[in-house]
Amino acid sequence: MIGRRLLQILPVIVLATFVVFGLLQLVPGDIAVTLAGENATDARIAQIRQAYGLDQPFFVQYGKWLWNAAHLDLSRSYLSNEPVLDQILHRFPTTLLIVSLSLTISLVVGIPLGIVAATRPGSRLDTFVTSFASLGVALPNFWLAMILVATFALNWNIFPATGAVALSKDPSKALLHAALPAFALAAGGIAEVARQLRSALIEILSSQYVRTLHAKGLSPTAILWKHGLKNVSVTLLTVVGLLVNRLLGATVVVEAVFAIPGMGSLIVHAAIHKDFPVVQGVVLSMVVIVICMNLLIDILYAVLDPRVGRA
Amino acid sequence: MNGEPLLAVSGLGVHFRMGRQEVQATRDVAFSIQPGERVGIVGESGCGKTVTGLALLGLLPAATSRVEGSAMFEGQNIIGLAPRALRRVRGRKIGMIFQEPMSALDPVFTIGQQIGETIRVHFGATREDARTRAVAALASVGISSPERVHDSYPHQLSGGMRQRAMIAIALVCEPRLLIADEPTTALDVTIQAQIIDLLLDLSSRTGTALLFISHDLGVIAETCTRMITMYAGQVVEDAPVDFALVRPRHPYTSGLLRSLPRLSPRGAALPSISGRVPSLRDMPAGCRFAARCAHAQPGCDAPQIMASAAPDHLVRCARHADLDLPGALTELEKVA
Repeated sequence: MIGRRLLQILPVIVLATFVVFGLLQLVPGDIAVTLAGENATDARIAQIRQAYGLDQPFFVQYGKWLWNAAHLDLSRSYLSNEPVLDQILHRFPTTLLIVSLSLTISLVVGIPLGIVAATRPGSRLDTFVTSFASLGVALPNFWLAMILVATFALNWNIFPATGAVALSKDPSKALLHAALPAFALAAGGIAEVARQLRSALIEILSSQYVRTLHAKGLSPTAILWKHGLKNVSVTLLTVVGLLVNRLLGATVVVEAVFAIPGMGSLIVHAAIHKDFPVVQGVVLSMVVIVICMNLLIDILYAVLDPRVGRA
Repeated sequence: MNGEPLLAVSGLGVHFRMGRQEVQATRDVAFSIQPGERVGIVGESGCGKTVTGLALLGLLPAATSRVEGSAMFEGQNIIGLAPRALRRVRGRKIGMIFQEPMSALDPVFTIGQQIGETIRVHFGATREDARTRAVAALASVGISSPERVHDSYPHQLSGGMRQRAMIAIALVCEPRLLIADEPTTALDVTIQAQIIDLLLDLSSRTGTALLFISHDLGVIAETCTRMITMYAGQVVEDAPVDFALVRPRHPYTSGLLRSLPRLSPRGAALPSISGRVPSLRDMPAGCRFAARCAHAQPGCDAPQIMASAAPDHLVRCARHADLDLPGALTELEKVA
């Protein structure tokens, strides 16, 4: 199964990078002119165009980039001349910390809320969770991010307003910096986890096999924690998969609000300054991460649900 | 009736809340089961037979239903029993099997785990002990490779195999009573016959009493010694199967028996009961079958009580003494 999945991944990577490469060609303005600087001669511009291979046909450019990428060479940034891969590897831990922290918060808060709501459907607690979840889904995370900054960072000075610290340098400071952006991202995640878990668990708890479990003399506690959770874990896995993808996307905006030097701000900065190799590199690495995540989830499906084939 | 009954149900009524209204699904259901006896409840969909079975074990959704009446089982009323005490009855004293074995088994646990947890919850057995007993239980329901089935998931088994596993789960703690709710309805005819034989065999071997709920008269006739007919939430007839088949006393039982397809001569129109069951919201005060009954008289709109028509034969029909209703078999057919 995994071998076949890996084969399916390659076309996805090629397609995604090809589309981005193509889109970048449509961006108005000549990158060579920009790179040559002010008052450059035509000869200088032509020289730069040649040096960066910009005079070659589109497919040749793309083919070269793809060939190098396959050999882990993502070429160099137009702006800083640093290797793109180094930049990505340097920035990625910051984004990873925010995404994984916000995923953890989503699960740690969302799962208990979903369970509490599902075991008491129609109760006041359930109504509260359901309306909180609707609110969480509806709130734009950049808005929430700004409110959090204004309240917790600027007014109360509990958390730093901007920047990031590497986890390897100072773990507690790193977490402090990541806390607000992670919470801003987690609001939607908590809501999504709680909502999906609630509805899936309500369906499971009213199913015929749960009636059988009651008829066998099992206690409601045993039914919920053993049978309920194992059955709902498949739904939870799906939610986590979608959530990780969404968090990776949403972090671009939230990193901008908090001025965090992560993958999000890297791609935004690169796109504004037409630093195409960086844009391409970040897109490629995001695609690879998302695909690996999906693959991992598919493998976990087979572990959790015996009905999923292991052929 | 001889001796102390194993289960004595009286005045059992089930109410469902539907929005702000409450409707009564069954009313004043009363019957008893002797130790080791095999009793069938027959009736069409919606007559309250399944609801009665679920109400006995407290399996109806608590938020939307209300059960009244009593069911004395081994000296205690199991209706409205405290949850802890009820859990000691469920699975241990009274087992239950359901219609659709695929959806009645947890898809993500093996058959062995699902039998084992029943043993462990009631006897506190160790894992190895539970495994030995689970494999033995699977072997006792006629599964030829119990070790393999023990480690299989429900989706890996055929329908008949799943129902056998379901029976093994229900009987592993050797309950005194097994409630079987349409256990063969979802199965192929050949498998049906095997499951019926198995239930009969297990019941006679272990002395487990059987409450067999089915819409299929043929299955009830083959399996049970006594037959309870339900109509629109009431018991209308309660008699030994042989009596009920030959000489039913209630027009509804007679109608059911006559509408069995295999009993009609070739080419003749199949007898059927015209009309429809009255709605739960709009139940007549008198005989609930009167509107469909060929023998209805003005007196039938008075409330009907269960009356003794013959020894061991109760019927809810004021006219039972005047009527000579046809059964599935005539005396002649039966002798032949």
